[in-house]
Amino acid sequence: MNNSVFLHIARFISLVFFQVVLFNNINFLGYINPYIYIMFIALFPVKNNRFIIIFLSFLLGLSIDLFSDTGGIHAAACVFIAYIRPVILKFSFGMIYEHQTIKFTSVEFGEKLTYLTILTFLHHFMLFFLEMFSVSQIILVLQKTLFSSIFTILLILIITIIFSKKTK
Amino acid sequence: MQQIINFIIRNKNFLLSLLLFSISMVFTIQTHSYHKSKFINSANFLTGGVYNSINNFTAYLNLKSQNQVLAEENSRLKMLLFNSENKKDSIYLDTVSYGGTYKFTLANVIRNTYSGANNVLLLNRGKNDGLKQDLGVISSKGIVGIVDGTSKRYATVISVLNTVNKISAQLKKTNHFGTLYWDAKSPYYIQLIDIPKIAPIVKGDTIITSGRSSIFPKGIPIGVINDFKLDAAENYYEINIKLFNDMTNLEHVYTIENIDADEIDRLLNAKANE
Repeated sequence: MNNSVFLHIARFISLVFFQVVLFNNINFLGYINPYIYIMFIALFPVKNNRFIIIFLSFLLGLSIDLFSDTGGIHAAACVFIAYIRPVILKFSFGMIYEHQTIKFTSVEFGEKLTYLTILTFLHHFMLFFLEMFSVSQIILVLQKTLFSSIFTILLILIITIIFSKKTK
Repeated sequence: MQQIINFIIRNKNFLLSLLLFSISMVFTIQTHSYHKSKFINSANFLTGGVYNSINNFTAYLNLKSQNQVLAEENSRLKMLLFNSENKKDSIYLDTVSYGGTYKFTLANVIRNTYSGANNVLLLNRGKNDGLKQDLGVISSKGIVGIVDGTSKRYATVISVLNTVNKISAQLKKTNHFGTLYWDAKSPYYIQLIDIPKIAPIVKGDTIITSGRSSIFPKGIPIGVINDFKLDAAENYYEINIKLFNDMTNLEHVYTIENIDADEIDRLLNAKANE
């Protein structure tokens, strides 16, 4: 139990650090940045208390906001996806989620991709919409959402593959 | 009473989300109004320190291009100096201010952003070096932004690439002025609106600051006109300006303090209150 708490603290700090130092400065084609820190929310154990994950998501978003001077847009987007995560889990994993036996290391790749895609798109749309804060710029928001989401999903998949323990 | 408590317990996740979401929205809305982002900004001990130590490493990567920029500025200043018509046979009595109204301070950009809609820079100078809110920030090529928050050793700057910014600018050849804003599309172009239809504008004209506020002195270069069109009402031009400054590559900047700013503000406020 203690071991997993430390694992999550380490994950939280290192994700914030790498997001701020590395991934916020990629600026691919001028404006495309991956937001890989949502891995923390996506891969948080399902069986844990929902209260904790909503609160931790807020802290995660707020620390990113603090470093990037963006007010509260990351925090808002994080709380949003943390709250609706069970709905997405149910949609993408179906029965396994009902039985509470889900483990992100041992689910099918297709289901995992669906889950990550929906979560990332929702988060990025919320993020860029709040950043622009106007409905007239909706095309720009959608464009940014699309490109950054693709980048984020690819990176999250690569990172999970690199860091996954070998299943023999 | 029992029912209220039951309701809270049953919906605690939803209520917590709603609460945290509202807090984030308050922070977000604050950043969209000028000079309100008090709580969440990166000019504090922790984030400033982290960015400063990162910048100590990454600064080496830009040394070559930054040297080039500084050398260009040197040559321009030398040209001004040797071609100036003033005779160099007298010196100022007050050698601290050189009789001028503007005081310049050198600062380094330790964090630069240009990919978002509301970009903020971080400088490695703060209150201890005399920085305060509403000082102009320029580089050797043109305007950069306006100082927003300050801590003891760090300051945040609202970049010109920020949808909140409204800087007054004018044509170099005539005195028609307008307002700068950014449409968040490209870090190399910003937009100028409210230039009246009567103004004689041509593609390639230079745009400078107008000096109508006490933040920037008149005549700081901004960019050249890239293209222009009339707005919907056909009374004013909407102009696309190519910035002189490469906002994606900033290192050495200067903050400008107008020593007479207080006096000017007091005078204007007194006029307004009459």
